[in-house]
Amino acid sequence: MADKAELLEHSKKLAEQASALSEKVAAINDATNNAGLVDPFIFGITVFVLACFVGYYVVWKVTPALHTPLMSVTNAISGIIIVGAIIAVGPEGWGFSQFIGFLAVTIASINIFGGFVVTQRMLAMFKKKDGSK
Amino acid sequence: MSIASALLYLVAAICFILALKGLSSPKSARNGNLLGIAGMIIAIITTLNQDVVASNTAIITGIIIGATIGTITALKIKMTAMPQLVAAFHSLVGLAAVLIAGAALSSPEAYNIGTAGFIKISSLIEMALGAAIGAITFTGSVVAFAKLQGIMGSKPIRFAGQHSFNAMLAAGIIILLALFCLSESHFLFWLLVLAAFALGYLLIVPIGGADMPVVISMLNSYSGWAAAGIGFTLGNSLLIITGALVGASGAILSYIMCKAMNRSIINVILGGFGAEEGTAVESGEDDRQVKQGSADDAAFLMKNSESVIIVPGYGMAVAQAQHAVKEMADLLKEAGVKVRYAIHPVAGRMPGHMNVLLAEANVPYDDVFELDEINRDFAETDVAYVIGANDVTNPAAKTDKKSPIYGMPVLDVENARNVLFIKRSMASGYAGVQNELFFRDNTMMLFDDAKKMTENVVKSLKNLE
Repeated sequence: MADKAELLEHSKKLAEQASALSEKVAAINDATNNAGLVDPFIFGITVFVLACFVGYYVVWKVTPALHTPLMSVTNAISGIIIVGAIIAVGPEGWGFSQFIGFLAVTIASINIFGGFVVTQRMLAMFKKKDGSK
Repeated sequence: MSIASALLYLVAAICFILALKGLSSPKSARNGNLLGIAGMIIAIITTLNQDVVASNTAIITGIIIGATIGTITALKIKMTAMPQLVAAFHSLVGLAAVLIAGAALSSPEAYNIGTAGFIKISSLIEMALGAAIGAITFTGSVVAFAKLQGIMGSKPIRFAGQHSFNAMLAAGIIILLALFCLSESHFLFWLLVLAAFALGYLLIVPIGGADMPVVISMLNSYSGWAAAGIGFTLGNSLLIITGALVGASGAILSYIMCKAMNRSIINVILGGFGAEEGTAVESGEDDRQVKQGSADDAAFLMKNSESVIIVPGYGMAVAQAQHAVKEMADLLKEAGVKVRYAIHPVAGRMPGHMNVLLAEANVPYDDVFELDEINRDFAETDVAYVIGANDVTNPAAKTDKKSPIYGMPVLDVENARNVLFIKRSMASGYAGVQNELFFRDNTMMLFDDAKKMTENVVKSLKNLE
């Protein structure tokens, strides 16, 4: 009986050690995987804030005469949302997300083409004095 | 995402930044726009080549349909209708953001944000925010479009308890958002979208026509933030950057517009002129006499002057008078008169609207000046020709502390030796404020439609030769 109890104790200890070891391995694994990497959300926020600053300085430089073309060109580049729409339509098959993705692709394309074309049309009208008529 | 596609997205982002930078001068603007197009092509091709995209047929079909609609609309639209077009485009960005968030919710695997029922909480928050902002942008822009297009009256629509109702709705949206993020319930997601649709509608409905420059700029900004929200969901830097650029651009334009009206953005959103200033409006009737003139008088006066400054406003756009104005300016220039144009930042229904209309009429852009550039020159000008503008010339903004437009920067047209004021009638402007300018000794009123009057002046100028 004493042997049996000792064996039980022993195996319990072993099991504990094994689980502790596996936890350690997991921790090391995590550390190596994340070495030098930040959370994607933090990365996104960094990009976002920096882009806001870029936008701020670039847009203040825009001449007031071109504020309408500025709006239409920002309309056009907002169409970049099409990237997300394409990924929705992408996978094999034809389900709900493909369908609304398709709608989004169409809508975003209206923006892209409409925005760039109308901007080009407007900019072509801005001429200098004595310029070509 | 492969390294190559990430780098190509970066190239596209740089193209977009340069496209905006190009707009710093009309000379570089066209090349900037071409760069923007290049960036867009790079981004789309890169996305089409990603592994998750199995078949291109449906995508290309969608692009072709959208391209056809977009291009035809853009080629046919009249320049006076630009504000409507831009509002419509904003609504589309908002709607697309809602749809993409919905697609990401129903098949998260494609976006690599987890599996159905087990989407990462951070992605849920981003998705819900993107969808909510997109939904507000959508209905808000639809209302703005309807008002600008004349489908809906441009008068503010108000009801009792509007602000508290909106505040409750906004609070409801935040609660829905939190519940959705905890449960990942599709029902709650679409309920959230519906609530945001309602809020977008209610936010814009009480705003009047002449505040549209601010509203359009604000919605421009929202459409950018919605795109950025979707960018966070997708973990796509290009979308985040573009959204931030557009959002910043819209925010700056809103700021400029508000400043040009001496109002805060909160003030604009919470209701326009005419609501709280009921007392100030009563000065609409006035017994004082004004000096009235004819087209012949105006033509004679301008022909015999050294310099003329034309001050266009929204009335010129409504009357489609820009071509007649340009013809008049050309005749005056032939007679040796120095002709310039002065544009107030909020003239028209969107930022820069007047500049585009004048450009359309072939007015060289170096004849067109902004408020700060030209305001001092009115004192050395013989004639100021005010066409379709009113409140932006009202000297009361500088002197009368009780006036609702007090503090608003105005064009100092009263300093010109003579002021010609083209107006249909003596009705007051949008702000409901009487314009002291009408009663000055050096002001001559020309009562008629802006286009008809200008055409008559052109005729008289020709007869004088």
